[in-house]
Amino acid sequence: MTSPNPSVFLLMISGQIEGAQFPEYDDLYCKYCFVYGHDWAPTSGLEEGISQITSKGRGSTQSLVWNFPLDITFKSTNPFGWPQIVVSVYGPDTFGNDVVRGYGAVHIPFTPGKHTRTIPMFVPESTSRLQKFTSWLMGRRPEYTDPKVVAQGEGREVTRVRSQGFVTLQFSIITKDMKKLGYDTTSGEQAPATRLAGTEQPYRS
Amino acid sequence: MSTPSDLRDKLRKKRRALQESLGKVKDDTQALVPSDSDVTKENERTAVEKLTGRGDDPGETLRRSLKAQRMKKKKKLLEEMSMEGPPEEEMVNEEITAVQELQHDQEEHSVETLAEEGRSVRLQRDLPPLPVARADSSLSESSMRQRMREKLRVARSKAASLLQQEASLEQPSHLRGPRDRETLTRFDRETDLDVHEEESSFAARVKFRDAARKATRDKRTETGLPTEEEAYKFFTFNFDPEPQESRRKDRAKKKTRSTDDEENEGEEDEEEEEEETGRARAREGEDESRERDEDAPLVRDEEEDLFIIDQSAKDFLELKKADYIGYNRRVLREREIFFTPSTRPVPASCKLPENVQPRYLEDEGLYVGERPPVALSNQNILENRILKEDGGKKWFGDDGRILALPDPIKESSSRPPLYHLEEELDPALQTVYRKPLKSKYVNRYIAGVGDTQGDYQLDVDVSGLIFSHHPLFSKEHVLGARLAQLYDQYLSRQHKNLTCLLTDKLNGLRNTIRNMLELHSGEGISHVTQQRIAEYKQEVRHTRQLRDTEQEKDRTLLKSIIKVWKELKSLREDKGCTNTPYKLYIRREEIQRALDEQEQEAEILAEVAELQAESEEDYERKLNEYKRKHEEWKSWKKKQKTLKKKQKQRRQQSQDVDEEEEEDEHSEEELGEEPVKPEAPEKPDIAGLEQQVREKAAKIRRKPGEPVLVPELTASNPITPNEACPRGEISRREDVSKRSLFVKVLYNDKEVSRTDSRSLNMDFRVHFGQIFNLKIVNWPESIKLQIYEGVSSSSSLIAEVCVPVPESSVLTGSTPSEELEFSSNQRVTFNHEGVGSDVPVSFTNDGSNIQTLLTSGKLSCCVSWAVGEDDIPLAPPSTQHGAGMHSGLRQMDAIACIGASGLNDMKRLGKWAAESRLDPNDPNNASIMQLLSVASGGEVVAPDYFRLEQLQEEFNFLSDEELERSRRFRLIRLRSQEEPEFRNFKTIPATEREISEKVFEEYDRRLKEGEVIDTKEHIDAHRALVAKYLQKVRESVINRFLISKHHYILSDLVVEEEVPSIGGPGQGVLGLNLFKLAEPKRPLKPRRKERKKVTAQNLSDGDIKLLVNIIRGYDIPIRKPHTSKPAAGSKGARSYTETFTAASTSQTALQASEWPLGQPVIRPFVEVSFQRTLLQTSTAEGPNPCWNEELVLPFSAPNGDYSTSSLQAVRDEVFISIFDEVLHDVVEDERERGSSVHTRIERHWLGSIKIPFSTIYMQSRIDGTFKLGTPSVLLGYSKERSLGSEGGYDAIRSLSEGTFLTLFITIEPQLVPGDSIREKMKDVKFDTQEVERLLLACEIFEKDAGQRYPDRPCVTTVVDINGKTVFITRFIRPLPPPQELLDAFPNNSQEATELVVRYVSLIPFLPDSVSFAGICDLWSTCDQFLTLLAGDEEEHAVLLCNYFLSMGKKAWLIIGTAIPEGPTAYVLTQEQNRYLIWNPSTGQYYGQHDTFCPLQTVGCLVNADNVWFNIQLYATPIRMSFDVTKPKFWKPFFSRSFPDPGLSSVQPEDLVYRRTDKAYAAELQDRIEKILREKIMEWRPRHPTRWNRYCTSTLRQFLPKLEMSGGREVAEEHRLELQSLLGDYRISGFPLHLPFSEIRPIIEAVYSTGVHNVEAPNVEFALAVYVHPYPSNVLSVWVYIASLVRTR
Repeated sequence: MTSPNPSVFLLMISGQIEGAQFPEYDDLYCKYCFVYGHDWAPTSGLEEGISQITSKGRGSTQSLVWNFPLDITFKSTNPFGWPQIVVSVYGPDTFGNDVVRGYGAVHIPFTPGKHTRTIPMFVPESTSRLQKFTSWLMGRRPEYTDPKVVAQGEGREVTRVRSQGFVTLQFSIITKDMKKLGYDTTSGEQAPATRLAGTEQPYRS
Repeated sequence: MSTPSDLRDKLRKKRRALQESLGKVKDDTQALVPSDSDVTKENERTAVEKLTGRGDDPGETLRRSLKAQRMKKKKKLLEEMSMEGPPEEEMVNEEITAVQELQHDQEEHSVETLAEEGRSVRLQRDLPPLPVARADSSLSESSMRQRMREKLRVARSKAASLLQQEASLEQPSHLRGPRDRETLTRFDRETDLDVHEEESSFAARVKFRDAARKATRDKRTETGLPTEEEAYKFFTFNFDPEPQESRRKDRAKKKTRSTDDEENEGEEDEEEEEEETGRARAREGEDESRERDEDAPLVRDEEEDLFIIDQSAKDFLELKKADYIGYNRRVLREREIFFTPSTRPVPASCKLPENVQPRYLEDEGLYVGERPPVALSNQNILENRILKEDGGKKWFGDDGRILALPDPIKESSSRPPLYHLEEELDPALQTVYRKPLKSKYVNRYIAGVGDTQGDYQLDVDVSGLIFSHHPLFSKEHVLGARLAQLYDQYLSRQHKNLTCLLTDKLNGLRNTIRNMLELHSGEGISHVTQQRIAEYKQEVRHTRQLRDTEQEKDRTLLKSIIKVWKELKSLREDKGCTNTPYKLYIRREEIQRALDEQEQEAEILAEVAELQAESEEDYERKLNEYKRKHEEWKSWKKKQKTLKKKQKQRRQQSQDVDEEEEEDEHSEEELGEEPVKPEAPEKPDIAGLEQQVREKAAKIRRKPGEPVLVPELTASNPITPNEACPRGEISRREDVSKRSLFVKVLYNDKEVSRTDSRSLNMDFRVHFGQIFNLKIVNWPESIKLQIYEGVSSSSSLIAEVCVPVPESSVLTGSTPSEELEFSSNQRVTFNHEGVGSDVPVSFTNDGSNIQTLLTSGKLSCCVSWAVGEDDIPLAPPSTQHGAGMHSGLRQMDAIACIGASGLNDMKRLGKWAAESRLDPNDPNNASIMQLLSVASGGEVVAPDYFRLEQLQEEFNFLSDEELERSRRFRLIRLRSQEEPEFRNFKTIPATEREISEKVFEEYDRRLKEGEVIDTKEHIDAHRALVAKYLQKVRESVINRFLISKHHYILSDLVVEEEVPSIGGPGQGVLGLNLFKLAEPKRPLKPRRKERKKVTAQNLSDGDIKLLVNIIRGYDIPIRKPHTSKPAAGSKGARSYTETFTAASTSQTALQASEWPLGQPVIRPFVEVSFQRTLLQTSTAEGPNPCWNEELVLPFSAPNGDYSTSSLQAVRDEVFISIFDEVLHDVVEDERERGSSVHTRIERHWLGSIKIPFSTIYMQSRIDGTFKLGTPSVLLGYSKERSLGSEGGYDAIRSLSEGTFLTLFITIEPQLVPGDSIREKMKDVKFDTQEVERLLLACEIFEKDAGQRYPDRPCVTTVVDINGKTVFITRFIRPLPPPQELLDAFPNNSQEATELVVRYVSLIPFLPDSVSFAGICDLWSTCDQFLTLLAGDEEEHAVLLCNYFLSMGKKAWLIIGTAIPEGPTAYVLTQEQNRYLIWNPSTGQYYGQHDTFCPLQTVGCLVNADNVWFNIQLYATPIRMSFDVTKPKFWKPFFSRSFPDPGLSSVQPEDLVYRRTDKAYAAELQDRIEKILREKIMEWRPRHPTRWNRYCTSTLRQFLPKLEMSGGREVAEEHRLELQSLLGDYRISGFPLHLPFSEIRPIIEAVYSTGVHNVEAPNVEFALAVYVHPYPSNVLSVWVYIASLVRTR
């Protein structure tokens, strides 16, 4: 499969949404989706997912653990529009209504290897006190029209958000043909190591 | 380290000692246990603990026999071991053993191991346990053991840690960490250990095991550990010599410690310590830790003796209940620590001193400010708290309340209001804008701080200070200080010895001159030499003067010293005491009188001679000068005389001329100033000179022969002791001793440290001798030392001394300390002997000689950069040392580069360089010389431009041209610009070579189109120009609105519940929803559920479907039999009234006669085509069929882009056509007729509706009955209906003519319509020329209307094509229609009106939302509209309205909603008390009561004067009144309160129409026909297409007639005509009528009729096109298409 002149590079992501820190909330689940540019296309794996509901551990650690696997492979011709993962967390409120507990997004790491990312989560705020109260009462808090909004900057200036907690993600990244296409994401010191690791070199015709 | 055996001996000894002391410890525990147990323990462990107390005796007995037993045991173990000790055991040992083995005697170790193993073996024998044997003693032992184990563990860990220190090996015992919580002293453990060893007798052990097991079992039941049996098996199978190991560890521990002891202290100490530990334990008993202590041993026991296994995870875990302290107990305990101030008020007596009544100042009439409000409870708390503190009472005032300042908050703003609407702002309050300043300390961090070598250190050495004056000086001190000062001066002068130097120099110079003169002996002196001599003489003179001044100074100094000393002496005598130790000795040095005199005389003579020479020279010079001046003066005089003469002459000649006068005056002025007549210089007085010199010598020099006086100041004078002093002096001295001084060190204005305070000595010297090391991070800006003087506790600043920041070369150790002078102008006076400061003091008794002295002194200190350990100076690199100079500036500051910081003045530098005569060849000076050359050549030129991103060049890896050439970058750029071709371009190839040029072809072509007009596409050059213009307008508008497109409002991003409002139309969330909750559920009345709206972002092809529900049709034309009669007479003159009634009735009559009832006259079906998908319904029968079918059409967006903007730009239309299914019997053989059916299905187009997708998208659903666009003539069909069946309904239906279709169209899933941009447009303010007031009123009007009737559109302002807001009435203005239209029917206004309407409807329709992709509704004026020849409803309506107005009709613009257009504009006219509603884009008109009027709601009416909003109950035209004068029904915009300001129209005065170009129309006609012919042939690829020329020519003749009649009612005539001509053909065909914009819609329309689909073998076609030109290039296109089938 290795061609001397690749036209695309591949970004293989496997990892997991490890868990979250939401000090005030319990019984949360999360959704994820990927946001990527025009030049990107998923070749395999799931672009979207929804996790199980997790409860807080009995122990002293107040973290919510999902360990929800991510596995997706992208192909692309252009690093522009590098994929981002958007995670949104939902859970029941006092009245049992399912409300959003946080949105967050992070770029997929671009260096091969294992990465852990902790992303701060936030939710949009109600525009007024009264609305805050009614939304609390009715269990319909303000939500983004599209969670993918959090992965882009356009139009965000009109929103006000409140921070909520953290979600920890873990990625294991493999890239293929990036270097052949001229994108060197490894730093200078690591270069020899990756050359050893990558077996592409000997097969070059 | 001693040998192991030594250690062992020691250990033994120690143990014995410990044993003796054990008893005490035991007792302690005993005493404690009961008290402990009854307090806290409630579990079983408490019982165990109690038993412990009782079981003390056996423990003691055991202890006594410790030694013997142990020896025995060991032997036993050895024996046993030899029998069965498996060698693997040692292997099983943990690392720790190995570690210890390093330390231990090997033999001993093995013995120990065996011993333990023996025990474990025995232990096995003990099993199974005896449950009965729960003897007190054993239990006690067990608990003892438990404790011992605990200690043991601690000890073990300690030993291990010790070992670790010694051997620095990996130490596994730290694994036990969690267990070692109990931090007991090691000695404790030792005592216990002894017990443990004592009790290891066999018998005791048995019992003990049982007890332990009991305890274990208890514990197990609690913790859910394995059952006994399990445990048993477990234990029997594995055993581990772990306990032994621990014991060995003890030993090791002891050994190691004993070695320590050897080194450090005696063993006796341990005993003491042990006692302490005993006490510690006692204390421990109080603690909760006791609990842990108690339960832990159970586990330990198991582990050590029962669980002889490897440690498992469980062993490390300790499970126990949570600690709980009883509430009361905790409260009690907390009470000791916490103080909770009560909230009760404090009695006033507590707050005031005893026996003092509170005093209320208010009552005494004094003003007391209002106190800030504090809650009473808080105040009470505070008072209680304060009282608790020491000295708290000082916080309370006389009135017993806490002292408080009056409330500082003013009720009203103290600041004057800033903004006055009319007035100018007070200039004093004007905001002053200042340029941003960089923070002082930003970027002042020394680079590299934080690196290893980066810490810089300044050493500030404050060695001490001396006061030259201090307020506490006595007079004597003042004098003494002055004396000392003078003496210092004297010494320093003496040291420099300037006088001597100058004298030598003078002598040397004189000698040189003499030598030179002698050498040349007065003759042949060269010019150079002369010059030099003159120079020397000058030098001599200069030096002499210098020497004289110096000598004089010396002399006066000496005099003043002596004078001060005398004063001092007299003062001492006066006061009778001595305060200062100064004593002046004057030494006399005798000189040989004769020699001295001689010398002096010679000196004087020499001086006199020189002076003489000089004065002579001077005289010469002056004389010369005089002569010269005198000459000048003389010549001037002469001139004057001549001039005067001339003037006189002139005046006589011409007195009148002003100019000359002026000239004269001028010349007079020139000569006006008269040079002073020089005076001759006097001759120098030689004798006088000598006299002068002698006098001077007498004044400034010693008299000849006078001894040289050398003063010598010593501090040897004894100071009078305090007792002997007068009273004033004593008090002064006391005061002095009270004073103390310290110095604060301030770095960059921040105090970094201060010296100790030192008391002031009698001699007013303070020695500090402190060095402060300042580790600095910031650049040193300033270093200041502040001198503080303190009396008792308070201190005051005396003076501040600034120390210069040292150069980086100034290092500690190599710099001498500097003396920095300071002074203070504080005024201090005393009533004792101290002279004070800034106070006049007289030093003589008579009050004369008054002086004012200020506190002053010298601070001796030294600031330098520290030197590091390895002699590295801890100073920042000198280049960086610019005292915060900006790095960029520093580059330009060349002086800073050479290190001469502070020399910023170039001129001064130049001057200095010239003065100091720098050697230009010295390499050291190279930089300065270079600098000077630069300086002399001009200023150092700093670049006078400022460049942003000066590094940009560095980052350009490609030239711009190359970048431009790159296809890939171009592609990326175009996509980013959202060019339509590339808007959603996916996966741009990674490499250049993969992109072909083809990608850009289309784009480039489009770009080229801008210049070259493609006639093929547009046919008409004018149209192409228009299209181009339109394109440009579109582009500009798009650019204009791009901002608003990217302008987001909250609702775009966040879904939020609306603000609940009670009641109100639409969204009364709270109010309505609450009622809804109470409403009963009615399952039989289902509610329409709102469909969920889908945002268009995450959609893909195939997700969206178009649902078309065809319900039924009305009045579909029916077939005609071939043999038809000529129709009833033509309708020549019609009127509006007739059209609705007469026409239909005539037809009805006609039809009734022809068709028998119930005959199937037509078999219609509906075909829907969308995006080239064709779907059709089943075939129904009859002219009023009912299909009720749903057709699902897939929808795909262009480029797969489902964003709102792209969906709005979809130009596709839904064609809904009705066809007649005609079955032809095609059986050739008549014989087969019986057995088989051969029919050909033909479909004949009857009519169609087209609905743009954009309308469906915007409306989200279309529901209603629509008029079908039917051709005016349908060959073979007649537009007649059957009467009989529907008699009653006919009355209503007949009100209008035409075929109707009931439809329901929607999109599934529902897309969020893109009206959000329209909404947003409201937020975006456009340029406008309207008055602000009007706009405001518009806003209010629209808002009000929107709130009351949200479904009625209300428009007051619109956006014109330039993107400016314009008030809507400005668009209405009477404009004349083309004259030729009016001329066509000069007598019949009715006809003319219809023609005008037709003309308007012929202007192509182009919806804004398509042209300006959902950006906004743009209104163009009529002339723009006619030029563009494209527009949507508004433009048509406005134009029609304007025409109507000019034709004298009463006309209004209706803003409302219609089907299928949605929000639209119609025209309303009033004709003979009837209102007619005109659809301007189709040319149809409806009466107000027409059922099929597409207008659904009427929002507002507009004419040139006003806007009326519909406030009637109903909005449908049928049910409302159009009388705008009724304020009940219509709300006018301009009312009495807001009158019409008289808005001028934006429309032009007159419209200019171009003449129609007939030739052009003919040409276009030919081209269209040709294209259509080709197309039809193209659409029939499998069949030959034959054209019937005869028919075509006939049809061509009909078309102009059709045009003339407006497509009405000519049908019958020409059909008959055709029929006669083509009798043996079965004809089906129709004329299509279209406005012309482009050729494409015509082709589409022809295609949609499906005429080409006729597949009969003998079919022929006929096609005729007629283009009728109207003024201004409005073209009416007729396409007559027919298919002919020969019937024979």
